[in-house]
Order: sequence, then C-alpha cells, then structure tokens
Amino acid sequence: MESVLFSVRLSLQVACLSTLLIVVTGIPIAYLLARKAFRGREVLDMIFTLPLVLPPTVTGYYLIIIFGRNGLLGGFIYQWTGWTIMFTWYAAVLASYVVALPLLIKTARAAIESVDKNLINASYTLGHSEINTALKVILPLAKRGVIAGAVLAFARSMGEFGATLMLAGNLPGKTETMPIAIYSLSNSGEWNKAHGLVMLMTLISGLFLYIANRYSKRTF
Amino acid sequence: MGLYVNLQKKVNGFSLGIEWEIGHEPAVLFGFSGAGKSMTLQLIAGLMKPDSGVVHLDDTLYFDSLSKTDLPPQKRLFGYVFQDLALFPHMTVWQNILYGAPLLSGNEKADRAHDLIRSFKLSGLEKRYPSEISGGQKQRVAFARALIRRPRMLLLDEPFSALDRPLRLEMRDFLKEVRETFNIPAILVTHDFDEAAAVSDQIIIYEHGRITQTGSPEQVKTAPANGYVSHLISS
Repeated sequence: MESVLFSVRLSLQVACLSTLLIVVTGIPIAYLLARKAFRGREVLDMIFTLPLVLPPTVTGYYLIIIFGRNGLLGGFIYQWTGWTIMFTWYAAVLASYVVALPLLIKTARAAIESVDKNLINASYTLGHSEINTALKVILPLAKRGVIAGAVLAFARSMGEFGATLMLAGNLPGKTETMPIAIYSLSNSGEWNKAHGLVMLMTLISGLFLYIANRYSKRTF
Repeated sequence: MGLYVNLQKKVNGFSLGIEWEIGHEPAVLFGFSGAGKSMTLQLIAGLMKPDSGVVHLDDTLYFDSLSKTDLPPQKRLFGYVFQDLALFPHMTVWQNILYGAPLLSGNEKADRAHDLIRSFKLSGLEKRYPSEISGGQKQRVAFARALIRRPRMLLLDEPFSALDRPLRLEMRDFLKEVRETFNIPAILVTHDFDEAAAVSDQIIIYEHGRITQTGSPEQVKTAPANGYVSHLISS
C-alpha cells in the first residue's frame, strides 16, 4: 500500500512541477509563434509539436541522446558535476514536460491568435508597449485557452509513461509514477491494487478533461 | 501648419499612393469601401509601415522614409477610434477609460476620467462592462478613452457606421462638441456624404488608392471632379 501511495504522490509532484515549467516557458513560446512573423516559425512549431505525434519511446530516445550520461548536454553536465538526471524523479519531470508542452503551446497559440487585432492596435495607440499589451490585453483575453492548455498538460503529465520509463526507469520508491506502478502491478498479477490505481487515474484524467472543456468553451 | 501626409504602400495587390495636407480644421476621407481610407489612418497612426513617404503634424515628424524616421504608435499621441470601437471586453467602462492614460499619475488619471465621464454623460456606468451598455454609450466610452491622454489629433475610422440613423445624427453633434472642447484636428473616415458634409470643412476623395478630389463639401457637391465622384456623392 505504501508503494501505491508513493506512486500517487510522485505522479502529482511530477505533474505539478512539469506543468509549472510548461506554463512558464510555454506561454512565451505560444506568444512568439502566434504574434511574431520570423523565418523558421513553422519549423519551430513543428519541433515543439512533434512529441504530440511521436511514440513516447521515440521522444524518450531523443531525450536519452540529449540528457543521458553520455548525451549531448547530459555528458557535459556529468563531466562538470558528476550528476546525471537519468533514473531520478527529475527525469520523470523532464519527460512529462517535453511530452505535455505541445498541448499548452497549441491551445495557447490558438487562443492568442483569436484575440481581435483591433484590440491590440487600440492598446498600442493608447500608448501601451508590446509587453504591457500582452500582459493586460492579450493574455487576459486568451486566458481561457491558456488555462485549458495548462489543465490538459497537467493531465497528460499525470499519465505519461513511455518517455518516463526510458528516462527515469522503473525504480520502486524512487521513480515509480502511477502509470509505471500500474504496469508493474499488472505484470506481477496484483490486480486489486492495479484496479484501484486505474480507477484513480481515470477519475483524475476525466476530471481534468472536464475542467479543460469548461474553460475552453467560455469566452467574453 | 497642419497635417501633411504623403504615403505609398503596396499590400496584397492593392496599391496606395496619396498626398494631401490639411490645416487644423476637421477633414473627411471619403470614398467607397476598399479605396484605402482606413489604411491611410493606420499608416498615419503607425499601425502599418508605409513603403515610403512622410507624415508630419505641425513641427513634429512622425514618419519619413528618407531620414528613416518612424515613431511607434505608442509615441505618436494620436487618439484613434476604431470602426468596431475596440473596447476591451474584460475591462469596465472606468478601466477602459483609465487604460488610455498609461503615463499619468493615479490622481491625475482619475481626475481626467471623472471629467470625461461627466461631460460625456457616462455617469453611473463606470462599473459596467462594454457588453452591458448601449451602442451610443460605447461610442462615448471609445472617445473618452481616446481623449484622456489629450492627443494631438483624432483619427476616426467610421466609428458611427454600426449605429442607426437617429443615433448617428446624435453622434455627429457629439463629435462637433468634442472638436470644439478639445480643439484638435480630427480626420473622419466615412462613405456617407451627408455625414462628411455635416462634420467637416474639407473632404478628401479616395478612388482605388488615389486622391481624386479635395475641397469643401460644397465644392465637391457643386463641381465633382469626374463621374466617379458624382456617383459617390449620390450613392
């Protein structure tokens, strides 16, 4: 029972942290993609969207290549600090972040693009800078879409399995999130515990989808 | 002294090439839809960048392609009233008006907003959202918001086009009052000749991105430059 509770707590912890990172970095990225015309914009959008369509194992593979102990970035970090993110709960956060980020970017970009251009122009003619306009006009008007994207990203982070397994492994009491615990329990035939976790996962995911739908439908 | 505008801009197959000058009297850009009137206002306001040209008001240069002068819209200090008014739907009437004066101190901002609310007959509506007030009230809020930071000029892009006739007549009088109170140049875009004649001393007629005729409403009416202008006035 203790291991089940640990996996619930870890999943919540991972989802909260990755969603926080997704909101902090995803909103500026969505704003850039929605409002700035620059060379390579659609290529950048494609790169950020790829984890949505790639098998999570492929995303996990890329993450190992980049963040593994001998990876492009991970090797550098390991040489300098002797620390690697592999097989830590931070790896689960990283995997969730990468897999769930496109959900916020896509939803927030669409919401930002739907803000009436005249409102933005009005703000400029009234003397407000671009940053001020983004904070006081664009984001408040796009907030429903942004919140819906964040809720979807949280739900996706809670359910992340493939990339997490490749990056963080399946270490009971260390990196065993709910989806990984369900996989382990069903493999070892502990069906009662697996049933409970499956029900809980379904309830949480359903609740967050409901919240996301409610937010995305409300408009001014 | 006054406003001098010389602008060239090509966009999506449409070519604008215009040059005109007005004093401090109210002027109207008049023509059919798609003639380049609203684009001219956006170019003057800095919301679009001309390919080449000059915009200056009195002794201030706002745009000059030769000297690469291009003040951003935030620094042009022009009051702009949009066709759809562009009131912020998530802000109350009070917040919308205050938003028009980002650089003023809190007290000065509030004093000016109170004055505008009183003189524009908006008292009691401060806490309402734009969706909760009438079309005429929305017009007044849009004007109050554009005027709170005391702009050097008003740019009005068909702000009365969505109103029914009685309210349009009322808003014409309101515009005259605004002009007299604030004493700044105003440029109104419209395709209603009666409206143009009622509010302006000078009419600038647009035809497919070019100027066909300029003159007083009487001059334009009695001596239209060509068949296009005659058709425009009578339609």
